[in-house]
Amino acid sequence: MNSVLGIILQRLGLGLLTLLVVSILIFASVNALPGDFAQAILGQGATPEAVAAIREDLGLNKPPITRYFDWLAGVITGDFGTSFAQANMSSFAGADTGKGGIASVADQMWPRFKTTLFLAGTAAAISIPLSLLLGILAALYRNSAYDRFINVSTLSAISSPEFFLAYILILFLSFLNPILPSLSNISEGMPFLDKLYYTLLPALTLTLAVTAQMMRMTRAAIINLLASPYIEMARLKGVSPMRVILIHALPNALAPIINVIALNLAYLITGVVVIEVVFVYPGIGQLFVDSVKNRDIPIVQACCLLFATVYILLNLTADIMSILSNPRLRHPK
Amino acid sequence: MTFLFQVAAYVFALGGAAFLFRLIGRNITDNAPYFRDMSAGVAIGFAIGAFAIFWVLYTYLVNFSGWWSRDPASNKYFFFYVAIHGLIIFAIVAYAFRWLGRNIGTEATKKLFRQMPATASFGILVIFIYAIVSIFAGFIAPYGQEEVLKTANLAPGADPAHLLGTDQIGRDILSRLIYGGQNTVGIAFATTCLAFLIGITGGFLAAIKGGWIDQILSRSVDALMAIPQLIFALLLMTIATAWAGNNGLLVTLYMILIIAVLDSTRVFRLSRAVGLNIVVMDYIEAAKLRGETLPYLVFKEILPNAYAPLLAEFGLRFCFVFLTIASLSFLGIGIQPPLADWGTMVKDLSTFLSYAAFLPVQATLPLMAAGAIALLTVGVNFVVDWMLQRTSGLKE
Repeated sequence: MNSVLGIILQRLGLGLLTLLVVSILIFASVNALPGDFAQAILGQGATPEAVAAIREDLGLNKPPITRYFDWLAGVITGDFGTSFAQANMSSFAGADTGKGGIASVADQMWPRFKTTLFLAGTAAAISIPLSLLLGILAALYRNSAYDRFINVSTLSAISSPEFFLAYILILFLSFLNPILPSLSNISEGMPFLDKLYYTLLPALTLTLAVTAQMMRMTRAAIINLLASPYIEMARLKGVSPMRVILIHALPNALAPIINVIALNLAYLITGVVVIEVVFVYPGIGQLFVDSVKNRDIPIVQACCLLFATVYILLNLTADIMSILSNPRLRHPK
Repeated sequence: MTFLFQVAAYVFALGGAAFLFRLIGRNITDNAPYFRDMSAGVAIGFAIGAFAIFWVLYTYLVNFSGWWSRDPASNKYFFFYVAIHGLIIFAIVAYAFRWLGRNIGTEATKKLFRQMPATASFGILVIFIYAIVSIFAGFIAPYGQEEVLKTANLAPGADPAHLLGTDQIGRDILSRLIYGGQNTVGIAFATTCLAFLIGITGGFLAAIKGGWIDQILSRSVDALMAIPQLIFALLLMTIATAWAGNNGLLVTLYMILIIAVLDSTRVFRLSRAVGLNIVVMDYIEAAKLRGETLPYLVFKEILPNAYAPLLAEFGLRFCFVFLTIASLSFLGIGIQPPLADWGTMVKDLSTFLSYAAFLPVQATLPLMAAGAIALLTVGVNFVVDWMLQRTSGLKE
């Protein structure tokens, strides 16, 4: 058990290191912007004195390395700074950095991140059981008409752009047969069922987008094992095909399946950008795209870091889970 | 409550149909092993399949007269008919193309087509058509991509001069679809080629040289891959638009560079892995002893031997780049206005979708642009799937 703990700690350390590198990368890219925060806030008609005052105020005249560590220290304590859209001339008129009355980046991001998590959670709750079921059935009835049908349809779903899937679903489930709303106007404090009702259509779109890969991996992982001698043995013993797959093959196929599920969960949280825009879903992806269009750098920076953290964390989980599910890795010789 | 009752009735009917199907099968075939050993699940599967086919046929036949006479009440089924007819036409075309391939051409291509599943020949046909339309867009399109005509918002079919009508500011939609193909496919292809040039050069260099070059390249690729690609592309595009200002062409150029670099990381990983297996071969050793230069080693010795996996990867990468560019354009941060492109068209035309219930032809416009993207990626994926299966020798 000790060695497992060691491996996990080692992976966690590596993950932290990656996150540090990512933060440097993000900071460096943002610093490649022409001009700086002060000019961006004040606009074109700024006097040099005002620009200099704000630079002094925000510490922009310090060298980049000092600013990076200041930013990093802020991020660690949960302070992502103030968004450009919220800040304006008046907030910088005084000597203070304009905290009072202005929503900070963290205040803006947190509720939206929660709604995105809700969407991703709903999509995961539908897609994971569905893809496992479809994958196991495809492995059981491989090369049958069902297998081919599911293969072709999932391949088509995976290669379509998300907005195509979204518009097809909107067309059939919202405009032609008014079952679900085409816009997700969710607000805080909505009852759970209402929230679910407004989230269902984007969640279904996400399900279509991710089910294919998980289902194909489940099928491939199981079929890969079917040629091994112990499966042959089970078959000769007279075990039913369903039992061979569920009891004998599936536990050994778990590692790649868990891996692909974790990767798809990462995709659910980071890949929602397009779908949130289509459904006007008030999540973090929508905020990110709006900020990119307005060049609201503090939010773009913070969202990017948040997405990267989630991504790294889920990849890490995939790594650790596949070690835990494999006895050969759990007890290395 | 009635809904639950209905569901229960359907489940019951399915179970009954499955049981009957197996019973009749046994009696007709004199208890053949296939029916005798059939599990309940398989029987229910057959019942579901039969039910789905029956439902499609029933809906098709019952609403046919309404659809044929353009009855407004049957607008609801317009897309159903489009889907069914599209599927039938595509299937016929795919089989016809495979039949042609099997009977015309050299012995080698004939053999290739004989081993090919229908999906792969369909994919090849799609790629072929897209390539022709993209290359000759200037000759095929009736109007220019920026040409603003007199009447705006013309419905499809209202004027024979504009088959698909005109958009909000009076540009011919058919011409824009054709030029959009040229721009979107062309830019995606150029980006993928650039990504492969960067990725393959880096990957093979790392494989041959090893040591600190390998370490630096591999670690920087790891760092780039730690940020989700679309997110990182959006971040970099923010900076690119700030640099480019209002110059749409420059933004597009920056986008090509950004996506090529981000995507080359995946190519780097693959080509390094493939390259590592090749550099230990004796003929590489011999070439090194002959005193060949590094470019010769990379392009004449390693590349020809890494051809098969890289070609399949090229197809996959192309799809990925194509979808990324379409998504960026859809979000309004990709290919910029002087050029027509499918992602932007979907976004601009998407309001027409809400007309689906009373003006279904109008509502197909955004779907046409989105479907054009989907069709190409589906086609390429079908071909890649077949290629991977062929080279990996996976039979089961």
